[in-house]
Order: sequence, then structure tokens, then C-alpha cells
Amino acid sequence: MPTPFEELKTRALKRWGEFTSDEKAWIRIGGGTSGQAAGADLVFDSFKSTVDSSGANANVSMVGAMGLMYMEPQVDILMPDGVRVFYGNVEPSEAQEIVTQHVNEGKPLLDRAFAYSGGDGTTTGSLPSLDSLPTISFQERIATRNFGETDPHDLLQYIARGGYEALNRALTEMTPEEIVDEVKASGLRGRGGAAFPAGVKWGFLAPSTAPIKYVLCNCEEGDPGAFNDKGIIENDPHTLIEGLIINGYATRSTHGYVFIRTGHNLPIEAARKAIQDAYDVGLLGKNILGSDFSFEMEVSLTGDSYVAGEETALMEAIEGKRATPRFKPPFPAAAGLWQKPTNINNVKTLAYVPEIVRNGSGWFKDIGTETTSGTAIVCLSGHITYPGMYEIPMGMTIRDVLEKIGGGVSEGERIKVLQAGGPLNGLLGEDAFDTMIDFDAMSEAGASIGSGGIIVGNETTNVVDLLRNLIAFNQFESCGKCFPCRLGNTHMLEILDRMCQNKAKSSDLALIERVGVSMKAGSLCGHGQLGFNPIASALKYFGDEIEACLAGDLPTPGVFGDGTMILPTRTRP
Amino acid sequence: MTTADTKQSSALRVEIQQILSAQQQPTITILSSLLAVQDSIHYLPEEAIKETARFTGETTNEVWSVASFYTNFRFTPPGEKTLDVCWGPSCHLLGAQSILESVHSALEVTEESESPDGKVTLKYNTCLGACAQGPCIAIDHRVFGKQTPQSATKIALDLRGLKS
Repeated sequence: MPTPFEELKTRALKRWGEFTSDEKAWIRIGGGTSGQAAGADLVFDSFKSTVDSSGANANVSMVGAMGLMYMEPQVDILMPDGVRVFYGNVEPSEAQEIVTQHVNEGKPLLDRAFAYSGGDGTTTGSLPSLDSLPTISFQERIATRNFGETDPHDLLQYIARGGYEALNRALTEMTPEEIVDEVKASGLRGRGGAAFPAGVKWGFLAPSTAPIKYVLCNCEEGDPGAFNDKGIIENDPHTLIEGLIINGYATRSTHGYVFIRTGHNLPIEAARKAIQDAYDVGLLGKNILGSDFSFEMEVSLTGDSYVAGEETALMEAIEGKRATPRFKPPFPAAAGLWQKPTNINNVKTLAYVPEIVRNGSGWFKDIGTETTSGTAIVCLSGHITYPGMYEIPMGMTIRDVLEKIGGGVSEGERIKVLQAGGPLNGLLGEDAFDTMIDFDAMSEAGASIGSGGIIVGNETTNVVDLLRNLIAFNQFESCGKCFPCRLGNTHMLEILDRMCQNKAKSSDLALIERVGVSMKAGSLCGHGQLGFNPIASALKYFGDEIEACLAGDLPTPGVFGDGTMILPTRTRP
Repeated sequence: MTTADTKQSSALRVEIQQILSAQQQPTITILSSLLAVQDSIHYLPEEAIKETARFTGETTNEVWSVASFYTNFRFTPPGEKTLDVCWGPSCHLLGAQSILESVHSALEVTEESESPDGKVTLKYNTCLGACAQGPCIAIDHRVFGKQTPQSATKIALDLRGLKS
């Protein structure tokens, strides 16, 4: 008799066969928030109605975004002969022509396409293969392995590509202790920014015999410039759900929460549907896959608050309170959500877990660097030629990521400044571009991989103006609990405002440094403790420019020409 | 308070009670309740604070402390549509300030507020999650990328039913 998982797998392969059959074409349109922002939903509607009205022999799906955001809206067509051709920057009005010529007549629009995959290349002229594009070839896709391939709302497509095999293996062949050991041995470090070894953290919770224990997945992701957590959830939610269930089993927990900020509708809908679908087939709830492990999961929404991403503030938010940090100790593993033992992981950390369990810790350990195994999921935005979301092995240099993958600066001649790892981390100048992307090397350079966001500024970027933007964000988002953070950010913003308006005093530099020291010493969480980081790193890499600004020698930035900036006036009471 | 006000208020109370008890997820809190109310009626009237307190068994003081903390909550009815403009660093480098300025002018506002005709609420957003398509704006959470001052002006005027 087949096991519950074998039955699911049979159904999944049958479903996958319907999409990849040798009788019907499959038109896939990359979705996600970025795709939507580029109009992918309109392109999908257009292809769908064209296929429906013309009776073309094709399935049409909105799939996860592949990450090549410079090509969005992106459409690819898999023909029954197994050859797949990719089109970029597609307009809704092009659906008719592409469907008619490519699907109906079997003649891909080679001048319009940017790559192919499958087949031997004889039918695709001089098109490059997808794998030969630098934006693909330098990637090592683990957490993002299904991006561009599967419909995120279709559980069976995820299973057809190996999904939930790891959970099945964990439940049938491994003890919770063995999984914790496997995650420890893989060298997986937390991807939320703190880089703490995930297996060790899981090991803090596992021994507790409390009847109720929680595992939380943090997808607050308030960092501007970072969209990989939401990206994973909206483009392949089951890789996270599977990771969180394994996290629950390994720590013998009873409940899991996926924590997302309100308003980000695509990831919220994807997570809710994935959880419901997992319940419907017995991957969540009582006796998962026929085992004696039971586990409940739900989505918890937070209101707008950046600090809600801090682990103890996050627990306050799930409890429905103001998202302000708690004192530690007690640490979450002892007394976390509703004072029960709790373990928190970032989306990316959990998204690696299924593949680690499936392929073994040694496989994961071999990817990346000695101290940081695995990959980094980098989000490139700003003045960069090929913005997007790219999963690269740890150990690539920043310069390689910017030049080989990102295609260099989009306007002007050189990249001047990077903002890496979110607004509590540093600005980097060219001197740091040969830094290797791994947790320790980045930290030495005064930045952090943190959330994985890299915002690129070209040579026209006014560093002091960029700093003011970051500090304005931090000031706006301070939860207000600790006054050094609440007032310190306000003071720093005032000083930066003066600098941008050529009204700075020579004593301002010393003043801003004093404020920074107080914030670091007197704040409960990273928001205040790290709040001076952007300025400290700017002094390191752009000291001359800051001096010049203090001397009133720089042109004032901003649309009004007077150095002022349009900012929100709302604050937390 | 006039009789008409009282009637309206009591209808609102009933509506809010229905929203609160229709919450589906297992974990129901002050925050989840306030989010549910704002999702349905787009702001938190005084009745929402009182009814949420009653529903969750907390004090109005507790509920107000939560409502006043999260910046997505608002306490007066918004315009028919909400226009979010991102001012995060990625969009900032790509010209978000010019977009904000042009939207201010198209909506006839000087800060986050409603256009004088009440049709559009302008909000500044710290990140809409589509940085690779920046500068970004969103209409009722639907994101539009690659904005210019001209395209944003057109969108803002269209929302008000005005010609650019």
C-alpha cells in the first residue's frame, strides 16, 4: 500500500505531466510584486484571453518570478518538443503575435526573445541559452530553485519538483535530534542579519518538554532595498512552509507562525493559500503524513512597524501589542511568545532547510565559504543595469556581483556608493568593493549582508543626502521605547538636515558622533544600537565629502534646490 | 451628539461587531482585530476602539496604545483611493522626491493627507517591496514601477477624475 506521501507524489507527477506534456505548450508569466509593478498581471490576462479566445493549444500560468527583474514582465513558452524560449519586457499587446506565431505556428519570435533552454539549440537560431546569461550562470539556486518554474499557488507543482520529500524523510527516517545535528553540521547561519548558527539556536529549544512550543518565521522584512523574504513567500511559499514544519518537528514544537506585514498582499495571499493547501492534504494538522507528529500553522499579520522585525518585538506583535522589544534574558527559547519556549528564524534560513535535509549537510557545507556555507540571496536595485534577485554562492566579491551579474552602473561611469544590508548597516565606497560576500568579511568592511539588499548609487549620488534618507527612515521607524534611539535619531536627522542645507556648524561632526555613542550604549535593540552605523561607515569611506559638506562646499540636494527633503510628519506617540 | 449621529454610531457598532467576530484565523488579538476593522471600513472610528476593547476583554487604553503605534492605522475616513509613494533609499536614488513633489501638486496637498475633493489619500511609504522597479507608487496596495514625475502626475490626476 502506498504511503500518504507516495500518493501525493503520484498525483503531483500526473499534474506536472499535464503541464509539460508533449502535446500542449505551457506559457509561463513571471509574477510576484516586482512583476506586478512592471505589469505582469496585465500581460497574464492578455495571454490568457488570447489563448482562450483563439483556442490555442496551451496552458497559461502565472509562476514565481525568476528574479531577472530587468526583464519583467517576463514570459516564457515551453513547446511540446521540450524547447523553452524566454521573452523579456513583454507588453500585453504582444500576446496575440507571440501566441499566433510561437504556439500555433511553432515559430518562436527569435528577434524578440532573449534566451532559450531545452533542446539542442538548432531551432532557436543565435539565441543564447538561459544558463549562459551572466545573470543566471553565476547563480547557485537553492532557496530560489523553483523561481520561474512553478505556480506558487499549486502545491502539486512544488511536490512534483521534489517538494516535501525532505519532510517525508525527516518524519519517517530521522529523529528530531538528527535533524538538529544535520542543520548544525551544514553550517547554516541565520539569514536575518545576526548570522547566528541556526542548528545551535534550534538546539536551545529542542530539549524543552513544555507542552506548547512555538516556531516563528520572520517575514517582516521592512528593510528598503530587500525583497527576498517576501520574494520567497510569494514565488515559492511551500519551500518556506516545508522548512517551518521541519523546524517544528526538529524542535518538537506544536505551533508555527508566518509573520508578515499588512499591505504586502501577494506574499500574504501566497502564504495563506499554501498553509490551507498543506492542511487539506495532511501536510499540516494532526499526524502529518501518517506520522505521530502534529503541528499547526497560521499567518500572523503585523501593522506597519519596522521594529516589529526584531525578534522580541515580533512576539509582542503576534500577541497583538505594540511592537517594542523586550529585555533579554529571558531569551525566547526559555520564555518567548506568550512566555512559552520559542524559536525564531528568518524566511531565507528556513527556505534552505528542505534542501539541506534532502541532500545532506555535507552538500550544503561545500557551497560558499569556510565560515559561511550556502548562498546569499542578493537584491540589486538603484543605479544598476540589471536590477533583480540573485542567489549567489557565498564568497563572490561585491565587485563581481555588481559587474558580472548586475552589469555595472546604469547611468554615468562608475558606482560610487552602496547601501548594503538595510538602513541600520553601512554605506560602502569603492575601497570595499573587493570584499567577499560572507558574514565575517562584510562585517569587517563595516557593512552586513543583513537582509541581502544592495542599493547602488552612481557618481551623481550625494552621500550626505543618502545618509539623511537612511536616518530619516530610522527616525520614523524608532519604536520610541528607548529615548537614546527615539531622540538620538531625531538629533542626527536634524544635523544631517542642516548639512544638506549648508547650515552645518563645524562642531556638528563631534556632536553627531556623541549622539551615536549614546544610542549604542543606551538602546535595547539593534534599531538604536546600530543606528549610527550608516554615519560611521560614511565617515570611513566618504570622509572628504562629509568634511566638504560641513564647510558648505557642496551643492544642496533635493527637488527644491534648498536642501530640504519631503518627509512624513507622523510619529509614534 | 444628535439623534442621527447616535443612530449612525450604533449602526457602525453593529458593523464592527460583525467584522470582529468574522475573523477566521485561530489567533485573535487586539492587533488582528484592528487590522480586520481597517481592512473592511478603511479607518478606525472611535467605535472600533471601544468595540475591540469589549471583544478582546482589554481596556480601551490598551487598544488605543496598539492603534496609535502602527502607522498604517488611521482614525478618519480616507479618500476613495489611497496612493502610496515610496520614499525609501532605493527609490530615493531613482528620484522619489521629484515624484512626491509632482504628486503633491497633482493632489493639491503639501503632506500626507486627502486631496481637497476627498478622492485620494496620499501616503508616504518606506518600501513597497518592488525596489528593482523603482521609483514605485501603489494604488490601494497594487504597485506600479518605473515612475516619472509625469507618469505619477497622470496617475494622481486620473484618480481625481481630472485631465492631465
